Amino acid sequence: MSITRADVCAAAIADAFADDGEIFASPMGLLPMLGVRLARLTSNPDLVISDGESLFLAGTPPLFAKADVVEGWIPFRKVFDVVANGPRHVMMGATQVDRHGNQNISAIGDFDRPKRQLLGSRGAPGNTVNNRTSYWVPKHSSRVFVEQVDIVSGVGPARAKAAGPAAARFNDIHRVVSNLAVLDVGGPDDTVRLLSVHPGVTVDEVREATGFELDVPADVPTTREPTPEEQVIIREVLDPKGLRFKEVPQDA
Amino acid sequence: MSKGPRDKRMSIDDVVGELRSGMTIGIGGWGPRRKPMALVRAILNSDLTDLTIVSWGGADVGLLARAGKIRRLVYAFVSLDSVPLEPSFQKARQEGTIPEVVELDEGMFQTGLRAAAQRLPFLPMRAGLGSDVLVNNPWIKTVESPYDEGHGHEDLVAVPALRLDVALVHLNRADRHGNATYLGPDPYFDDLFAMAAERTYLSVEQVVDTAGLTVDTPVQRLLLSRMLVDGVVETPNGAHFTTCTPDYERDERFQRAYAKAASGSDEDWTAFEQRFLAGDEAAYQAAVREFQEEQA
Repeated sequence: MSITRADVCAAAIADAFADDGEIFASPMGLLPMLGVRLARLTSNPDLVISDGESLFLAGTPPLFAKADVVEGWIPFRKVFDVVANGPRHVMMGATQVDRHGNQNISAIGDFDRPKRQLLGSRGAPGNTVNNRTSYWVPKHSSRVFVEQVDIVSGVGPARAKAAGPAAARFNDIHRVVSNLAVLDVGGPDDTVRLLSVHPGVTVDEVREATGFELDVPADVPTTREPTPEEQVIIREVLDPKGLRFKEVPQDA
Repeated sequence: MSKGPRDKRMSIDDVVGELRSGMTIGIGGWGPRRKPMALVRAILNSDLTDLTIVSWGGADVGLLARAGKIRRLVYAFVSLDSVPLEPSFQKARQEGTIPEVVELDEGMFQTGLRAAAQRLPFLPMRAGLGSDVLVNNPWIKTVESPYDEGHGHEDLVAVPALRLDVALVHLNRADRHGNATYLGPDPYFDDLFAMAAERTYLSVEQVVDTAGLTVDTPVQRLLLSRMLVDGVVETPNGAHFTTCTPDYERDERFQRAYAKAASGSDEDWTAFEQRFLAGDEAAYQAAVREFQEEQA
């Protein structure tokens, strides 16, 4: 069985959590959940994970499995305590991400009369000024990667610095993982930078699918392929039903 | 004969009779979880208008927005979980029918309720800094720390108190005096809503004797004390179609039917409204039972 793009994405997401130590990994969405659990079973067994509702799980169950040994209680009120306290890495979705790593999940268009109302800001403003934050973009396109987001829900480093030390102290936009590439905000003036392209993807394809001038280093490596151990974990343990292919199609 | 604490049992109509147009009403629960839906449905059928609604929103916000009851909405998100975007809320925002919206970070929302609960004008917080929450709500100010901790005086968000005239919450069980327990996985913020409000009306799946509150569940689940509660209404299935674990989970089929009607044509919505929302709570529950039998 050949290595699929979804598996590459899962491993890239796992890598984003590899060096986090003993913190609360909060994945929003399917591939982030898969990647976090993969990290916990391989590179970072100290990660703390939840059922997405109110329980810390002692084991690392398959996606959406109901039962597992419980090691703690994390109702929403305590999530906000962890956010303010700091030991957390959240990977959120993003309807838009801009050149400066700002993210939008609130609405498209003018805030007063949006063309399309989305979720609202949720916890993005608090997450981005308190704990490590990454983004997952399942369909890399110039509709998502825009010059400037319509509404800043998640705060990028330049805006955090402009808002003062209270905002910048703990602002830490770590990775943006998409179906095409891995990026961060380490470009000039805290702009989005290409870190690697997934196997089979060219740098030009990523450039074309990005609606702003992307910082591209002279030498762009290829995102690593998942190891045989990781492939077994993904396919046979965490996602035997192939739910990941709903987000990143198998033939992509 | 010794006098006990007051009996606060009342009907759904009694609760609505205590509300006034223009009030600020906090709605407990979270998104599509343990919402006081029977009370929300009763508001839909009342003359109440110009309400300020404060809610971690789900269909409560969608329904009230659709019915034109909301003048001002304070929220951090509105979601049905399994249906990520609430169609009635989306429609209201896109058509501009909610005159005033205050979108906060969800932690700011908790901090605002905490400030109100502690009778403080504000509480400082990091969340919101650098984001458009402050741009779109220019009335929310920052406050400079009086302490220099080695990196200067931090400027923090002065999250304003979210004071409520009334809180509406739904729990699993209460006694007639207003002591109440939740039995599910998460208390959400219903105690905070109660403390932030002048008055709190509580609906529950079941009213039991006070001794019954702790026979089969730990005392730590006693979320609300009668000091915080002004009225108790027994509304079995009163959180439907949101979750009320362990009494029942979300009615996903019904929620899908709601979302489909809400995102469909005006005729689709009118048909849904006529079938489910035109009568009282007993009529609603009967229509839901009929719907469930059809779907079975």
